[in-house]
Amino acid sequence: MADRPVPIVEKRLMDVKLGELGTWIGGRDFTPNGIIASIRRGHDRYYNKYINVKKGGIGGVAMLLAGYIAISYLWEYDHIKHDRWRKYH
Amino acid sequence: MMTSFFDQFMSPSLLGIPLMALAFVLPWLLFPSPAPRWLTNRLLTLQGWFINRFTSQLLLPVNVGGHKWALILASLMLFLISLNMLGLLPYTFTPTTQLSLNMGLAVPLWLGTVLIGLRNQPTAALGHLLPEGTPVPLIPVLIIIETISLFIRPLALGVRLTANLTAGHLLMQLIATAAFVLLPLMPAVAITTSVILLLLTILEVAVAMIQAYVFVLLLSLYLQENV
Repeated sequence: MADRPVPIVEKRLMDVKLGELGTWIGGRDFTPNGIIASIRRGHDRYYNKYINVKKGGIGGVAMLLAGYIAISYLWEYDHIKHDRWRKYH
Repeated sequence: MMTSFFDQFMSPSLLGIPLMALAFVLPWLLFPSPAPRWLTNRLLTLQGWFINRFTSQLLLPVNVGGHKWALILASLMLFLISLNMLGLLPYTFTPTTQLSLNMGLAVPLWLGTVLIGLRNQPTAALGHLLPEGTPVPLIPVLIIIETISLFIRPLALGVRLTANLTAGHLLMQLIATAAFVLLPLMPAVAITTSVILLLLTILEVAVAMIQAYVFVLLLSLYLQENV
């Protein structure tokens, strides 16, 4: 089964070979419109996979919130690291 | 470096981007926009049900002229409730603990209701400054008092929200620290403290929802008087 040749830039990330990674990153659209479009695509993928389903459970939103907690922790790490084993808070 | 319990309310930033930006965007992510379908997914159905119930309940006592405010009141309610509840998650930042934000929400909206009243029905709006049936000698004093109470409304709206949320977060941090520190020393007391912490967390969830509701309710009340 031979695949038709596709331009490198248009392949999905998982299909790009390691050697082609540089070309792939160089060719992607980093203009503000492009970034917004990619955020939109990512959002639609997540939404349609986990939330916009017939019997969506708490998992879809819970994963989002867990990611939010993780990012908040990272964001505040510089501030929180002073709290580790302080004697007086 | 001296740290205090109030450090949790400082606006943390990474590479110059404040965490407040992320905290603001998140409510938008959690409420999907309605889809052009009759039967939607569970999240959207729940959201639509809640918004419908809330708006119809809120706008019951308001005249038809005030129904223009339905959109902003409903979105304000959703915004506040999601900000408050998200702030209860660990490591997150609650923007509504910042007085600047709450005053920024309260003052323009309150001023809007006052100006609408003064513009559309100036006599009635000014008439609110004097309750019916006051004894004649008291009239001057009462007008001054009512004016003061009118101008203190935005301050009260903003400070109420800030104070309630800040106090709740602070109490949770204090009791959690106490429970954590007491654990190696007096386990029994630590368990009691943990139970108190659990109850406090439940209270905080309730407060988060109630405070958002009260904010919007009072605004609708001010609207009702003036529209």
